[in-house]
Amino acid sequence: MTAVRVVLPAHLKNLAHVEGEVTLHLGGERDLEVTRQALLDALESAYPVLRGTIRDRATGKRRAFVRFYACQEDLSNEPADVPLPAAVVAGSEPFLIVGAMAGG
Amino acid sequence: MTRVRILAGTRKGAFVLTSDGSRAKWDFSGPHFAGWEIYHLKGSPADPDRIYASQNTGWFGQLVQRSDDGGATWQPVGNDFAYATEPGTHLWYDGTPRPWEFKRVWHLEPSLSDPDEVWAGVEDAGLFRSRDGGVSWTELTGLRTHSSGPGWQPGAGGLCLHTIILDPARAGRMFTAISAAGTFRSDDHGETWRPVNRGLHDEGTLPEEEPEVGFCVHHVEMHPSRPDTLFMQKHWDVMRSDDAGETWREVSGNLPSDFGFPIGVHAHEPETVYVVPITSDSLHFPPDGLLRVYRSRTGGDEWEPLTRGLPQEHCYVNVYRDAMAVDSLEECGVYFGTTGGQVYASADAGDTWEAIARDLPAVLSVEVQTIP
Repeated sequence: MTAVRVVLPAHLKNLAHVEGEVTLHLGGERDLEVTRQALLDALESAYPVLRGTIRDRATGKRRAFVRFYACQEDLSNEPADVPLPAAVVAGSEPFLIVGAMAGG
Repeated sequence: MTRVRILAGTRKGAFVLTSDGSRAKWDFSGPHFAGWEIYHLKGSPADPDRIYASQNTGWFGQLVQRSDDGGATWQPVGNDFAYATEPGTHLWYDGTPRPWEFKRVWHLEPSLSDPDEVWAGVEDAGLFRSRDGGVSWTELTGLRTHSSGPGWQPGAGGLCLHTIILDPARAGRMFTAISAAGTFRSDDHGETWRPVNRGLHDEGTLPEEEPEVGFCVHHVEMHPSRPDTLFMQKHWDVMRSDDAGETWREVSGNLPSDFGFPIGVHAHEPETVYVVPITSDSLHFPPDGLLRVYRSRTGGDEWEPLTRGLPQEHCYVNVYRDAMAVDSLEECGVYFGTTGGQVYASADAGDTWEAIARDLPAVLSVEVQTIP
């Protein structure tokens, strides 16, 4: 079991009725690869109201104005099935979901 | 005691204003869903405590919220608006084919009799229905897959299905309007559709003499006592039909401009109609900077300006297509919201007006509930 920390943007915190970070417990198998896909699946499973707000309902792709960061790196354009950084998997660094700076 | 509840959707949240039947003092609540665009909210005619709201941003997409207590509290319901068949293509602005893609819900129309049934008009144009209070949505594909669909082209605001009218007299009859495809009618509960646009004209833009689609209809209204009569504010032209959309005739008459977005009908006088003339398609503000509602008591053609209480200088706001509504009190109240964040109310059928909210975000929609 891996405990991953996730930081949501303010609007999604309000929707999910959470404050601060969200901790997700992923998998249960020792060799589970913690990918963005697995993390977002777990997040949406724990908070169904977030379905469609981060990934497009029809395509499953990241919404254009949502970005992903961790360990001071922009992971937004990484493939969804690539393992997340070890520090995120270990729980020492959070996975950040950020609303892009755009619009008014 | 009778109450009136105004549901205002804005660029940055929803606001609810409530008054008793005097409509003299308004209680204000909001913003609900602060920071989100609320294209439309509407209450169920069968249960005024049941309200549906369309919540959207470009960042986080579409949500639908439902209230079961008159707007005091809300819960998110379903947001899976998946086209039920292969989406196909419509025309893009440059005339090239473009795949149908869901963007947002423009309009929510609750059933006249069942609080759990609600219709949604979406961009890119499609019609969805929920029968479980908004939890799940199913597309009625007959509209989007009409044979004319591949030729539909978006208006400036997108290829949006913005108007849904349920006929209270004929079971199964309903109307929709799509910018810039036109008006459509179904007589079988939304299963199949046909365009009803004969008599509409767009100057200089249509190559065929009487095309069945291709019209930038901005809004359509019906008085429930005369379901065969429809009033339309088109991009240009104010129109009416007296045969359930089979034919239309222009009733712009003496309006200073027949461009505009909303159109409203008096609750008790089916020939009393309201529009807000806008200068032109390139100047989205009232002629001469004077905010005037025009009222016709003759079903069109002859219009009078209503100015008392409305700004008569330096006013450069717009009024969007879903931002005008009426209550059904004995003396009909009329309401509209502006892009400048004002909500204006008239408790005397338009003779006098008062701004009951002044500094909201741009108002996208106004609906009114008259609660016994």
